[in-house]
Amino acid sequence: MKIAIGGMVEPGSTRVNKTGGWRIYRPLYHKDMCIKCGICSLLCPDSSVKAQEDGYVIFDYDYCKGCGICAYECPKDAIEMVLEEK
Amino acid sequence: MTDNPMEKMSVVEGSYATAHAVKVCRPNVISAYPITPQTHIVEDLSQFIADGEIDNCEFITIESEFSALSALVGASAAGARTYSSTSSQGLELMHEVVFNVSGMRLPTVMTVVNRAVSAPISIWNDHQDSISERDTGWIQLYAENSQEISDLTPLAYKVAEDKDVMLPAMVCMDGFILSHVFEPVVLLEQDLTDEYLPPYRPEHILDTKNPKTFGSFADPSVYTEFRYMQQKGMDIALKKIEKAVDEFTRIFGRDHGGLIDTYRADDAEILLMAMGSVVGTIKDVIDEARIDGIKVGLLKIRSFRPFPVEAVRKTLADAAVIVVLDKNISLGLNEGSLCTEVKSCLYNTDINTPVMGFMLGHGGRDISKGTIHMIIDKSQKVARSGIKVENEFVDVRGDLI
Repeated sequence: MKIAIGGMVEPGSTRVNKTGGWRIYRPLYHKDMCIKCGICSLLCPDSSVKAQEDGYVIFDYDYCKGCGICAYECPKDAIEMVLEEK
Repeated sequence: MTDNPMEKMSVVEGSYATAHAVKVCRPNVISAYPITPQTHIVEDLSQFIADGEIDNCEFITIESEFSALSALVGASAAGARTYSSTSSQGLELMHEVVFNVSGMRLPTVMTVVNRAVSAPISIWNDHQDSISERDTGWIQLYAENSQEISDLTPLAYKVAEDKDVMLPAMVCMDGFILSHVFEPVVLLEQDLTDEYLPPYRPEHILDTKNPKTFGSFADPSVYTEFRYMQQKGMDIALKKIEKAVDEFTRIFGRDHGGLIDTYRADDAEILLMAMGSVVGTIKDVIDEARIDGIKVGLLKIRSFRPFPVEAVRKTLADAAVIVVLDKNISLGLNEGSLCTEVKSCLYNTDINTPVMGFMLGHGGRDISKGTIHMIIDKSQKVARSGIKVENEFVDVRGDLI
């Protein structure tokens, strides 16, 4: 990496900063309870809940910071926040 | 260039000369907030805009100085040539943004019409306002007269916008003493200014069609390098200012000196140092003292940031005593800022000349020729018998304290 003058950065440069390590609670997906409403995917502030073609979602744990918005907003409690343990 | 420059002169207010210089630099965004004694500059610019004399320029009347400079951050990042001017409390209110502009490497130019800072409230001149912004990463140039403030304006843009510099610049002029005084000035010619100052073409601009991030976050693993790169920009600016001065002289035919200027300094045993309009008074006093056989000369600082360490060392090398006049004080050190800089560039050298500091002209207190003569008398004693008092206030009224 080189610092451009004034710290100007091109789009997408934060991909290299994997922020998953900030997470304390991990979203656990109960696919059987999911009704494919897509709210979790729409509201994720880090674009880490990705809707698939079949309507279900997958979680990108490289960038999910564990904020829990997806679990809080899920109308069917299909996302559970569990403590990260080694 | 003309045969007789007198024919090209007009008698105008210092603020008008400044506004006119800004106009011919073809700015794209001007933000204006009134504060004495700067207000006439933006009033004149407002009139130019109203008269259709500045093409492709937005004039923003804004709600505070903090916003005035913040607006220019966005405008400059979007590729505009930007301008504002301020004084005293206005500059202090901008302080946070002053750092942002230089950290983001945006080449804004701002005229600082120097005025004392509150409290106690004072609208009159000293240098405490701009000196307080010394470490913010802005180029700081100081003008002696209206012609110089005029001529420094395109020069400031040229250096600031140089791709190897990319630092903002403050052009400083003494409030009232220059801003409100009418002097004969050659107003900058549009065709010559166009030849001297090319349009601003930044490498990166803020653009919705091609999004980029400006002013991003830096964690401890990269922050140091930002400061290092700003300092490198300042180092390069030293050379670029000299180069820009040469080119100015070639095109406009005027020469006020480079990073520094000197007056009767070649054989001087006593070297006076100062910045701004007081230099004119000092030159007159030097002429008078020379008649009496006193070998006194002047070293005028034009570029306070970057500070011209080498040029100062070279000029001071043969003096018997160095006398620094400051219109500011670092409270707690009992020393003016220029005096501190001069001492710092003489340490670790072979030059072991006494440096005397005088703090004067605070809050617009008049600096008379008599005061300068008195300072020269004191310095003659120091040249003979060594220094006892390093720094002192001048003209303190004992009857008031």
